[in-house]
This record gives sequence, C-alpha cells and structure tokens, in this order.
Amino acid sequence: MKIEHDYSRFKQIVRGKIRANLRKYVTHGEMIGRKGRDLVSIPVPSLDVPHFRYGKNGSGGVGQGEGEEGTPVARGDGDQEGGAGQAGSEPGGHVLEVEVTLEELAQIMGDELQLPRIEPKGKKNIVHEKARYTSIRRSGPESLRHFKRTYMEALRRQISSNTYSSHDPRVVPIREDKRYRAWTTEPHPEVNAVAIYMMDVSGSMTDEQKHIVRTEAFWIDTWLKSQYGGLEVRYIIHDAAAKVVDEETFYHTRESGGTRISSAYKVCNELITNEFPVSDWNIYCFQFSDGDNWGEDNQISLRLLREELLPASNLFCYGQVESPYGSGEYLRALRDRLVTEVDNLLLSEIRDKDGIFDSIKMFLGKGK
Amino acid sequence: MATIPQLHTLPPELVAIQAQMEGHARRYGLDFYPTIFEIVDYDQLNAIAAYGGFPTRYPHWRFGMEYEQLSKGYVYGLQKIYELVINNNPCYAYLMQSNELTDQKLVMAHVYGHCDFFKNNLWFGHTNRKMMDQMANNGNRVRRYMDRFGVEEVEQFIDACLSIEDLIDVHSTYIKRQDCRPPKFDFAQAAEEEGDDLPEAGRFRAKGYMDHFINPPDVLAAETEKRRARDQQEHSHFPKEPVRDVMLFILENAPLKMWQLDVLSIVRDEAYYFAPQAQTKIMNEGWASYWHSTIMTRQGLTAADLVCYCDHHSGTMASSQGRLNPYKLGIELFRDIEDRWNRGRFGREYDECDDLDAKRHWDTGAGLGREKIFEVRKVHNDLTFIDTFLTLDFCREHKLFSFGYNPGTDYYEIESREFPKIKQRLLFGLTNRGQPLISVRDGNYKNRGELFLGHEYNGIDLQMNYAHDTLENLYRLWARPVHIETMLEGVKTVLSFDGSEHTTEQAAAAAR
Repeated sequence: MKIEHDYSRFKQIVRGKIRANLRKYVTHGEMIGRKGRDLVSIPVPSLDVPHFRYGKNGSGGVGQGEGEEGTPVARGDGDQEGGAGQAGSEPGGHVLEVEVTLEELAQIMGDELQLPRIEPKGKKNIVHEKARYTSIRRSGPESLRHFKRTYMEALRRQISSNTYSSHDPRVVPIREDKRYRAWTTEPHPEVNAVAIYMMDVSGSMTDEQKHIVRTEAFWIDTWLKSQYGGLEVRYIIHDAAAKVVDEETFYHTRESGGTRISSAYKVCNELITNEFPVSDWNIYCFQFSDGDNWGEDNQISLRLLREELLPASNLFCYGQVESPYGSGEYLRALRDRLVTEVDNLLLSEIRDKDGIFDSIKMFLGKGK
Repeated sequence: MATIPQLHTLPPELVAIQAQMEGHARRYGLDFYPTIFEIVDYDQLNAIAAYGGFPTRYPHWRFGMEYEQLSKGYVYGLQKIYELVINNNPCYAYLMQSNELTDQKLVMAHVYGHCDFFKNNLWFGHTNRKMMDQMANNGNRVRRYMDRFGVEEVEQFIDACLSIEDLIDVHSTYIKRQDCRPPKFDFAQAAEEEGDDLPEAGRFRAKGYMDHFINPPDVLAAETEKRRARDQQEHSHFPKEPVRDVMLFILENAPLKMWQLDVLSIVRDEAYYFAPQAQTKIMNEGWASYWHSTIMTRQGLTAADLVCYCDHHSGTMASSQGRLNPYKLGIELFRDIEDRWNRGRFGREYDECDDLDAKRHWDTGAGLGREKIFEVRKVHNDLTFIDTFLTLDFCREHKLFSFGYNPGTDYYEIESREFPKIKQRLLFGLTNRGQPLISVRDGNYKNRGELFLGHEYNGIDLQMNYAHDTLENLYRLWARPVHIETMLEGVKTVLSFDGSEHTTEQAAAAAR
C-alpha cells in the first residue's frame, strides 16, 4: 500500500518541523510532560493545513447530558489559539501531538545542536561481575539449601526404595538428598556516569528562572541518558545551606534564603567522595544560579572548585540565569580567575528562555 | 473494475450474511447500488480510511498524518473503525477482518443504510458515482506531475490548494447563479476557445469583393468601440456578484500553469464530492444506524449475538462528556419523526392544541411514519433536517444543552437549556458546514489585479493565525496581493498579504 510513502513523507516533514522549530520546543514548558516512562509528546500545532475558520470567542455548540448552566464541558486550549474546529458538535480544536521516544529526541537534539558523541574516560568498559543464582548443586552451605528440591529428592528416594508409607507420610532427607542453590557469575556492564545538578533556589531566583533551569536540566538529562546506558543522576539544591534531593523535589521545590554557593560544592564533593570514586566514574556537574553569591563566599567556592571539583569532573558547567535584580558577579569571578587555568570548566549566561538552546550547545558541544 | 486490488475474497460465512442482510434491506424498501464488501486487516483499513476511502488517491503527506493518528488511536485502544463505505457505483465497503461475526452482521446492515442514503439523498445527486475510477486517474496525473516537476513543488502547490478547499459553493450544483458556468472546468473546451480566431466584432461573412459593402469600415469601427465600452462596463465590477466558489474563481482567473490548473481542479472536484458527506453527517449516520438497529433487532439477531450486538450498538450511540454524537442525534430524530407521523402528531391541529394531556396521548393512528422518514432521507440535509424536525420535547427528553466559550475561564461552559438557543447553536454549526462564509468581492481590487475577499460576518471572528497563513497560501495561487475583509472585535478590518508582509487595516471608526 502506498501509505508508507505518505507516512514517511509526513515523518520527514515532522522531523523537519522539529528541526526548524526546535528552539520553540526547547523553551516550551509543557514539553517536559513525559508520557509514560520513555515517551515525550511534542505538540506540533502547525501541521494543519490552514483554512479560514472561526476563532474561539463566541464559538460553541450543543451537547447532551446533565449539568447546570456554567458547568464546564471542555477545556479551551490555553494560550494556544486552537479554536473550535467544528463549531457543530466538538469543542476544542485538535493539536497534533507527535510522540517521540527520549532516544529519538536526544538524537534529534544531537543532530540539531551538532553535539559530538561523548568519549568516556578511563576504564571504557568497566565490567562488574554479578552473581545470579541459576542452578542447583549437590553440595553447598546449609544456608543455600533448596528446601523444595531436597524434599522432592527425599520423597523420590523413599518411594523408589519402598520406605514411604501414605499412613505415615514422613519424609526425612539424608545427606544425598540435599540440594543447594548455585550461582553463576555474569558480566554486568557498570553504570559509570553521574550527572550532578546543582540549583540555586535562593530568594533572588524567580519562578521563571527556576523554570529555565529545570528546562535546561531536562534537556541535558535527555542527552546524557542517550549517551550512557543508565546514567546516575543526583540533584542538589541550595540557598545558604545545601542538600541532596530527589528529582521530584528538584523540579518542584520553592525555597528562599541567602546564597552560599560553597555549601552546594561541599555537598557535591561529599557525594563524589562517598559514592562516585573519580577513578571509575565519569562525572558531570551542572550548576545553575543567578550568580548573586555572598561576597565572602566566593573565595571558598573558588577554592573548592579548583582543588576538588574540577579535577574530579569530566565537565563542570556553570549556567548563570539573568536575574531581575541585576546579574550576579559570580560568573565574572569564575571567568577571571579560573577559566584560563582549566579546560573542563564551561560558563554560559542564560538571558532568557531562548538562551537555553545556546547554553546547552555550549555545555555539551565539547564532547567530553 | 480493476481500480482497487482485490484484497481478500469474502469468506463463505460472510457471503451468506451479506445475502441475508441485503435481502432484509430490500424487503424494507431500501434502494442501493450493488455493494461490494472487502475484508481488510486493521492496518489496511487505517490506510484506506486515511485516504478518505480511496486507496488510489494522489499522494500527500496529510494522508500519512491521518494514518498515523488512526494507527496510534487503534494501537492505544482509543478508537476503532468498524467499517468504511464509499459513495460509488458499485458501493465499496471495507470490513475489518478482526470483527466478530455479530459485528459483521451489524456492520453490513449499517452499510446498506449508507448505500441507500448515498443513492437517494438529493444532496448526493451531483456526485460522481465513478469516483473510484476518477480518484485513480487523478492520482496518476498528480504522480506524473510529481515526476516531472518535482515532489516538493507539486506538494507545496497542493498544500496551497487545500488551504481554500472549503471555499466552494455547495449550492451551485442546484441553483443557477447569475454567472452560470459548469462547476467543472473543461480544459479541452477552454483550449479550443483560446485557439479559435474570433471574427472581428460585428463582421459578417462576405466574399472578398463584397466585403467593403457588407462590412463598411466606419460601421465596424463604431461597433468595436461600442463593444469595448460595454466590456468595460461589464468588467468595471469583476465579478459582478460576489462569488462563493473561490476555488472556481481562482481556477478561471489566476495565472496558473496547466498542471497547476489541473491539480487545483482535482482538489476542487474532490471537495465537491466530499461536501455532501459533511452536509449530511447526522442524517447519514442516523439513517444507517436506524436501519442496522431495525434489521438486527427484528430479523438479524440470534440469541448468541445479543450481548455482542448490544455492546457494539451502545458503544456507537454513546455520547461522552456531554458531546453530541451525530449517530445518536440522527437515529433518535428519525425515530422521533417516525413516531410522530405514526401517531399523527404533526400539522396545525396538533400544534395549536393547548391541552397538554390530550397532546400527550395524541394518536390518530395515521401510520405515516415509515413513509415520512423515507421522504426525509430523500430531500433533507442536516441543516434543514434539524431546522424542520428538532422539537422542544425532543431537546428536553434528550437533555440537550448549548455551550459556549468563556474566555475568562478558558473553558467551554454550558450556556443554556432553552430550546431556541440550542437550536440556534446547532444550526449555526451546520451552516456552511460550520465554516465562515467567504466570497470573492473583487478580482481586480484597486484596479491592480489584486484579490479581495469578503467574510460575511455573523458574530464570530476568524482565527487570526490561520487567516494569515491562509492568505499566504492564497497569494501563492493568485500571485498578486490578497485581502480579506472581516470583523475583528467588532471593528471592520481588512487583512492583507502582499507576498512579503501582512498588514491589518482597521476602519477609522474604531471606537477605542
């Protein structure tokens, strides 16, 4: 059937659309609406053939069922101009949503941003041997005795030697009956990359800035996950004090307070020391802040960064979102003091939503 | 007949069911073209449905999109197409292979309802009954153009044509407009006309030596002058009357190449072919549902079929989340009409009766129901159907309500349960198939060959982003600046596109 041809044509166009409008979707907040575990739905509103048609205002229709006047029956399309396509019976226009797997998305993003594939450092194929209990042996420690098998063997022996009596169904295993679980070792590829996201949630960070940070973190996450099978991710939030949080908290928390960047560095460093030894792990740190650090804290922060974090990380990225209270000076401090010394520190300034795109490219464009 | 591949021959048990159902349908007086059933699997059915029922249609990405949506919907269990019927002679109907036998029975009965409707409803009268063949021919021609001029080029042009595919005049096939031209553009004839050397104005045939006397030069000159004046008079307003068939107007007047004209006329022909289906959705589905329900419950069902039938039927009739289901509305209205005419609940005497009790028990035993619904299915379309037969009692019984958009909450909310409001909303949605009424007002706007369209405003603004994009597509066809006059938040507004930028001109009387 010829539909394959039209279908692939449509897919090409969609991909084209995604390419052409990628900036738009990167900044699209709803975009992070993951569907299921691995799917992201991308609305592709402009795939309709345009017609002259009615807008929303004043549109409506007829429905059937219970309800008082004023009862909502359907949702408008929010900011998007959707409109009632058929003002007759169905409210709400349809926005085509193309579902893309995270892998596809990462690839599209990689193509678009021309991101290089990442070269893992150190032990390229760290293989961990893992024991799995898959077979049975005749000898072994009592703690691994397989009760059911042992019982069966004993029963079989008793029946065949005619010592089993249904009137007195006692089954007593002797040494030969005993069976033990046995393991085989299997090579198990080690997950050896970790991404640590640090976000400033202090009072000077507005909701919009946090949104920018979260969007960017999501996209970076998507890309790194496509590069490493099973990426470990840790989230740290800080104001004057820092703590490790889960994904949910990271993406939804609202806090306020002062800003002490060194606190996050400390927590990050502890995390690396305790959980992710440098020799085995590819470590990616992403820090986002408005750069409005307490003055005396800069010294401590820079020292921590220079001595501990930078040597440990594959890449340390600092993204500074522009603050309504004027941009902080932390970025400048880093630029003046550190950037020339090391090559794994990347800095970017994110002015607004549109800056996310360039910032990601900046961070991941090196392929480290 | 070799236009579509024979996908599967019908298995014997279905052949038997078909014979049975066709027999029932005929005994009830349904009248249809020969109907050919094809068994297809879900993927084929989705593909065919994506092509609007015509597997041989011209290639276009939107069919691929349609297919993806149908496939996704099917895979996720959101929707399922049971059957697909094509208005053609013979009628083609596609059955889903995985349907249970009971479903197939029901679906066949349903299909015969559609076939009868296609053949007998007046609004389908003008449609090409050999559309299967025409679509195949159209498809081949478009493919040939794509080979010759490039897929991209042709596809983009099709996109532009599709943008105005709803700007046709569905009544033109029934009304003689002042400017009555055949709805189809005849290229052969056009070429002939162009090729002919027209004799000079007012000149009579004459032998050479007589010419001077029969066609005196001064008279000829005067005649030519007169004609030119008349022509000018005629062309001073062009077109003389607003033309609703914007597609035709463009077809006849835009500077398009031959292949472009052909593609545009293909899109237009298909638009005219599909228009009646949009005009009669409620009736068509209602009629088919009425007949599957009648045939199945009176003859078709065996005890084993019962549960499956009920499940399927109620699924089809369900109206979810307050949405009006055309199947449900249609079947109930047909039943209501039948009941009213059976009991003589119509006419002046009934309407003027004030006694509620008498009205409730009104029954003259007229028994005209069946006859009436056959007449209704012949002459009405959805608009006139609702206008004529929707009653207050019906609205109450079926708990109809009207809803409208509330910009404050960004929700569609229930507006009213009053009969006139409900009826008005319904009729509005059916007027011009729920599309804004747009016509060509001037094809030579400002005497600069620009195209000026007018939107007959009726209270709802156009959606602006769509209007802009449509203007851009129109420009691709017309190749000169295009304009549309409409109302925007109560102010008369002209939207224009000149090939590079959009301008919006609002009337000076803007009260803000």
